[in-house]
Amino acid sequence: MLTQIRRAIILSVLFAVFLGIAYPLVEVGLANAIFPTQARGSITPYGSTEIGQHWTGTRWFHGRPDVDNDEATGGTNLGPRSKVLLNNTKTLVAFWHAQGVNPTQELVTTSGSEVDPDISQRSALVQIPMITRSTGIAPAKLRKLIVANTSGPQYGIFGDRIVNVLALNRGLAALEGK
Amino acid sequence: MAFVIEVALLVVVLGLIWRYLGAYLVAVYEGHLHFLDWIERPVLRLLGIQRDAEQSWKRYLRSLLVFSVVSLVITYLLLALQGHLPLNPEHLPGVTPALAFNTAVSFVTNTNWQNYSGGVTMSYLSQMVALAVQNFVSASVGVAVAIAVIRGFARKRSGTLGNFWIDTLRGIIYVLLPVSIVMTLVFVWQGAPQTLLGPAHIHNVLNGVHQTILRGPVASQEVIKQLGTNGGGFFNANSAHPFENPTGFTNFLQIVLLLSVPVALTYTFGKMVGNVREGVAVLMAMIILFAGTFAFSLAAEKGGNPAIRAAGITSTRGNMVGKESRFGVDNSVLFNIASTQTSTGSVNSSADSYTPIGGMGMLAGMMYDEISPGGIGSGMYTMLIFAVLTVFIGGLMVGRTPEYVKKKIQRTEIIWASVGVLVMPITVLVFTAITVAIPAGRAAILNHGPHGFSEILYAFTSMGNNNGSAFAGLSSNTAYFNIVGAIVMLIGRFGIIIPVLALAGSLAAKEEVPVSAGTFLTATPMFTGLLVGVILLVGALNFFPAVALGPIAEAVLHGRFF
Repeated sequence: MLTQIRRAIILSVLFAVFLGIAYPLVEVGLANAIFPTQARGSITPYGSTEIGQHWTGTRWFHGRPDVDNDEATGGTNLGPRSKVLLNNTKTLVAFWHAQGVNPTQELVTTSGSEVDPDISQRSALVQIPMITRSTGIAPAKLRKLIVANTSGPQYGIFGDRIVNVLALNRGLAALEGK
Repeated sequence: MAFVIEVALLVVVLGLIWRYLGAYLVAVYEGHLHFLDWIERPVLRLLGIQRDAEQSWKRYLRSLLVFSVVSLVITYLLLALQGHLPLNPEHLPGVTPALAFNTAVSFVTNTNWQNYSGGVTMSYLSQMVALAVQNFVSASVGVAVAIAVIRGFARKRSGTLGNFWIDTLRGIIYVLLPVSIVMTLVFVWQGAPQTLLGPAHIHNVLNGVHQTILRGPVASQEVIKQLGTNGGGFFNANSAHPFENPTGFTNFLQIVLLLSVPVALTYTFGKMVGNVREGVAVLMAMIILFAGTFAFSLAAEKGGNPAIRAAGITSTRGNMVGKESRFGVDNSVLFNIASTQTSTGSVNSSADSYTPIGGMGMLAGMMYDEISPGGIGSGMYTMLIFAVLTVFIGGLMVGRTPEYVKKKIQRTEIIWASVGVLVMPITVLVFTAITVAIPAGRAAILNHGPHGFSEILYAFTSMGNNNGSAFAGLSSNTAYFNIVGAIVMLIGRFGIIIPVLALAGSLAAKEEVPVSAGTFLTATPMFTGLLVGVILLVGALNFFPAVALGPIAEAVLHGRFF
């Protein structure tokens, strides 16, 4: 029995050192040497391109209506028969109708991470009337901007067709000459 | 269309993995490979183990239990003391005793049930040394048990099943670590962070948003989380978080990783017992159960969310509540089904927000005992228990002495197999019943009505099967759930490992019976069909009443199943 315990402790210490410390640290070194931007979280002066932000008002394209809390991520977990979910959705639908927008499902439902950086192309297209009204940019120009910022499925195979909201809004800011 | 190509590609890639990783595993565990002797030899010398040392099933089991207890203690101490340890850039305090106990049990048993929010509870040191190390270790222990059980079928008149220490070490250095080293860089390339810099503070001048962006050594933990069918995310959102699962491509890779070893082990099994077709018969049963459950859940999720429909949104996309835009409904369902049919339990979309029948698909995968293809190692050994039961039931029907891969199945085997199959459902149902009966249990529910019952049923099914996914609305970071949950996870892990090793020990000692005209052939579609039947029957008899009170009642309430 003592032999077994001694073996267990020795092996645990070896694993802690090599798998727990050496392996991740070597990967930190390699990752920062080969992919320095991604290894640090794709941070730009405007935020991480991978982490969604809370866009409000009528001058910017909105992303998913996720809560404005970037630390504790995770979905709302509201079930399909939840009254809270129904009421939240009704409020969001009313908001969009007031802006003259006929919302898609992504614009009124929260995501799984609560920091979803993307929306579908259609979710961007339906927002054009709102953006045109508040910025005066012609719908055709906005449509071109959205198409230019659409990507996916990745490599033609993986995932859905998406628009990155931060990239789209930076394109919008450039159009306005900001 | 893209999704159809993706699924076809998944099948091709897994086919190659099945053939080549399966054969590689044979070589690893039969000791045919020597290119890592320079690591293996000094470690074994340090442990005082001869390279050809063998253990009886009892010694194998004792080593496993001692090693698990020591792992548990070390993990607990690291978590409880993290406030005093380095690599803690967010200055997080030590984890409270009940939560540290629950988490240590959870990671040592390969469950990865998480009663904490990763990014804001665990220091980098805890993530790396306490949790990610157990991701490797618990996975390798699982494969070691599967290999020992396969040896039980393969060996004749043998008193031993291999050596626990050697098997566990080889699984890590020959399989888990090399794959992780390479795949981590692929994940970083796609956008998963791998840094010790601590949180980034952002101020976007366009919209005035301030953000604190949590990061860390995510990629290195992400790969082993999937490969080792662990499932414990670096962040609370798990594989829905863009840092854990940045793109459609990483989503595909995560699915491949978590299915790879469980699928490959069926080839390893066939090869080691001398007939690859025995492995194919078992693999086909896994594929049938997987495909059926996936189709079932996908159909339900495509049907959309009743609350969203009631709010006036009609969409052809299906239910997007709690799902990420970059994955959409198809890839979310495929991921969550793959993760619940293996004992991974990571999620890329909120399980709690699935439609009743969509969520029931995830529950079902766990309720038929995590065998399609199941957790790393655990799927294989649990499936072999069902195979033994199937030949027994088949033998009863036609009045023959049952045999499986040339071994006579007798009283001892059936007793251990029955114990192995019954421990999980009894544990799950008894603890679910107790929990819904007491206020401390009911208080944790987020969504009331049948869905609330489903949250608790799902929690105990997940913990009892060492899965770790959750209907996460349940507030389970309480003393009750931490302690009771830990007990359920321990029973779910060792309550199957103990009988299955006993079964293997009994089989290893037996003589081989020659195939005769009276032998019920098991490398056949007929056997696959019977096996699927037995699994579904056992699952339905155990769980139908409980499922009727949860997801089915909920679906009936709003009058729509799909």
